[in-house]
Amino acid sequence: MFIAAMIGVLITMLMALVRALSGPTVFDRILAVNMFGTKTVLFIAVLGFLSGRPEFLDLALVYVLINFIGTIAILKFVRFGKVETA
Amino acid sequence: MSRALSLSTLLFAIWLIWSGHYTPLLLAFGVLSCALVLLVSHRMRIIDPEGHPTHLVRGSLSYGLWLTWALIQSNIDLAKRVLSPSLPIAPRMIRVKASQKTHLGQVIYANSITLTPGTVSVDIEDGMIEVHALTAEAAQELIDGEMDRRVTRLENED
Amino acid sequence: MDLIVYYASWALLSCGAFLCAVGGLGILRLPDFYSRQHAAGITDTLGSAFVLIGLMLQSGFSLNAAKLVMILIFLILTSPVATHAIAQAARQSGLEPKVVAEEDEA
Repeated sequence: MFIAAMIGVLITMLMALVRALSGPTVFDRILAVNMFGTKTVLFIAVLGFLSGRPEFLDLALVYVLINFIGTIAILKFVRFGKVETA
Repeated sequence: MSRALSLSTLLFAIWLIWSGHYTPLLLAFGVLSCALVLLVSHRMRIIDPEGHPTHLVRGSLSYGLWLTWALIQSNIDLAKRVLSPSLPIAPRMIRVKASQKTHLGQVIYANSITLTPGTVSVDIEDGMIEVHALTAEAAQELIDGEMDRRVTRLENED
Repeated sequence: MDLIVYYASWALLSCGAFLCAVGGLGILRLPDFYSRQHAAGITDTLGSAFVLIGLMLQSGFSLNAAKLVMILIFLILTSPVATHAIAQAARQSGLEPKVVAEEDEA
């Protein structure tokens, strides 16, 4: 059962990667990478249950937040050419 | 004051859930870190109705249920469209009015629009939200304004 | 009772994985950037919610379920903000959306 869910999520990640590699605009790539990150969270959570180690959920929690902050940081870099100023 | 109290309770509850270790030393660390966060948020002056909206808790339950139902409907609709071979979409840009008075209300409305598949809020200024809608039905539903009315009602509850 | 929960979580997990795959297909099939965002919306909302709720049913009433609830809340809160930020950045950089002409409408 967990395997089926993991395969579904993996296929989605693969499709997001294809979109991230093919572009065509930089925003397509950012969108695809953001989606890839969301799916990574699901993947980690399901993997934790599959291998009987629910401690993985802590990693998933951290990954949700890092994924969000990373997307915003990349966007800021794309728009302003630097991250540090407002 | 009651806002600070509810924020610290919330913070400590979350700490307890995430920690899973309940020895006196670690509990003391938890209390200490919660107090630190509380101090920082007090100095940043974000413990106010916008930063910690306790007045929305009661109304958000019924709104959340309605939003969940709307989400499920539009998800199924969009999934059907993506799966159908002819790809029946008709993307368009529309402008809808956000009749909420506070910034918080407008943010809730814009986020609800984005959360619903089929509509994404692209820009917001002067109480008007620019929305990219994927289908004519999704655009029409937004123009009819049920979501707008519900968010305004949520905002005005206290 | 256990059997019902087991089958419910099985159904939710497979529905969630299926919806994720549909969203992934959408991100490949849809014609331009703005419409691809909607496909990403499917996987971010209902797809991940179904998978996470399915896992919650598996773990029962425990700390793990609470953590899954927190993951779901963070996803629901952050995904529209990220989507909106990307859309606004694309709009302000001058990327024009493909729209249907008015006379094409049925």
